[in-house]
Amino acid sequence: MDEALLRALTPTVIGILVRRGADFAAAEDAVQDALVEAVRVWPDDPPRDPQGWLVTAAWRKFLDAARADASRRHREARVEGEPPPGPGEAVDDTLQLYFLCAHPSLTPASAVALTLRAVGGLTTRQIARAYLVPEATMAQRISRAKRTVSGVRLDQPGDVATVLRVLYLVFNEGYSGDVDLAGEAIRLTRELAARIDHEEVAGLLALMLLHHARRAARTGPDGRLVPLAEQDRGRWDTRLIAEGVDVLQAALARDRLGEFQAQAAIAALHADAPTVEETDWVQIVEWYDELVGLTGSPVARLNRAVAVGEADGPRAGLAALAALDPALPRHAAVAAYLHERDGDPVTAARLYAEAARSAPSLGERDHLTRQAARLNARLRG
Amino acid sequence: MAKYLLLKHYRGAPAAVNDVPMDQWTPEEVSAHVRYMQDFAARLEGTGEFVDGQALSPEGTFVRYDGEGRPPVTDGPFAETKDLIAGWMVIDVDTYDRAIELAGELSAAPGAGGKPIHEWLEVRPFLGEAPTITE
Repeated sequence: MDEALLRALTPTVIGILVRRGADFAAAEDAVQDALVEAVRVWPDDPPRDPQGWLVTAAWRKFLDAARADASRRHREARVEGEPPPGPGEAVDDTLQLYFLCAHPSLTPASAVALTLRAVGGLTTRQIARAYLVPEATMAQRISRAKRTVSGVRLDQPGDVATVLRVLYLVFNEGYSGDVDLAGEAIRLTRELAARIDHEEVAGLLALMLLHHARRAARTGPDGRLVPLAEQDRGRWDTRLIAEGVDVLQAALARDRLGEFQAQAAIAALHADAPTVEETDWVQIVEWYDELVGLTGSPVARLNRAVAVGEADGPRAGLAALAALDPALPRHAAVAAYLHERDGDPVTAARLYAEAARSAPSLGERDHLTRQAARLNARLRG
Repeated sequence: MAKYLLLKHYRGAPAAVNDVPMDQWTPEEVSAHVRYMQDFAARLEGTGEFVDGQALSPEGTFVRYDGEGRPPVTDGPFAETKDLIAGWMVIDVDTYDRAIELAGELSAAPGAGGKPIHEWLEVRPFLGEAPTITE
């Protein structure tokens, strides 16, 4: 039973049903039903032509639903019997599905859920578990999303930027439930990169690969967060790093810089350093300058202050930090780090404790608490 | 998306505007209140934002470890405890502003005289997973 194959076929089969005249929402439901049947039937009776099997099963489910719907409404079904021969493959159906599922009229959470189901081929239950919400809630989120985009035609050109934002969100969610969302985001971004020649798609793919390469080293055996500087670089996945660097270099060669390429370049410089001491902080600061220029993002400015602290010393980092709003998330954590490097453990301990209180995630909170505890113990001793 | 806890206090929150104890309401007012809460949860399920909702008994027991081989020590309830949680709702929403908006609506549940209680609800963000991309 090849679940990966089933999931990879999902958007293609939805596209075929839509070409035969089904609307997107009905086609998507029918394909979900067909996937469930495939999971039940295939282990004992594997099909010779999996895609053909799925198309036939999904089309039957679609007809059943359309007939039931029609008889409920006491009118003739619009679609009966043999499917019409659909127009030729002028546009890439799967690519159009990416655009539809990340349509700007959807909220980020809806776009994420719809993308994972219609493009990713995950079940509602899997998506609900990954996002730790009840299945009924996730089912509603998805059906509302489908209603929102019901007027959008599949052949309209889409916005690559919104698709990338959705994939970035999925990747950043990491791993929870029984689905590896980071791995899934990489798969979907790879598929997208194979279908569209766009430097920022490549940039995002490179960014994901370079971060994914460090995954094993990011958490300790007890589940604790291991910061980049303390990671065992021998556990980084060199194959993923090499691929990420290749993808990034090809993207950068096009000379159309974007935020994902800049972020990937920073990740590549970290990946390139055999030890933390050998990190090329001067180049990293230059890339942060590019990133700040492209996005104006306060988060990029905050990270830039850390890099400046490494390149030009903690005083310079603190000076860069002074220009930023102290209310920024993780501001206190950065300040604590720079003050410790500047030889002021008293201020650093106080700021680490403050940062722990306002940490947005459990892993970061525990890490910051340990930092404060480490300094306080040293100050007492 | 982020999860928030909407926390309702029996005690410990600032006083509500329509601050009449529930046992002084008419039975119809109690029913209307309960229906409002159920409708609110059902509506959030419909919008794909509902995670959980529970009510708690006001009477609880304090428990602590008392050493190897000994049964835990129990005590309380302590009448003087300042803060008393009545129940919660967990929501999963796109923005902080949306969490505030929903808490505001929940606070409008009808009380005495069929008028909104305007009770104070506490909104607390969940600590989630650390993001994958950090630098």
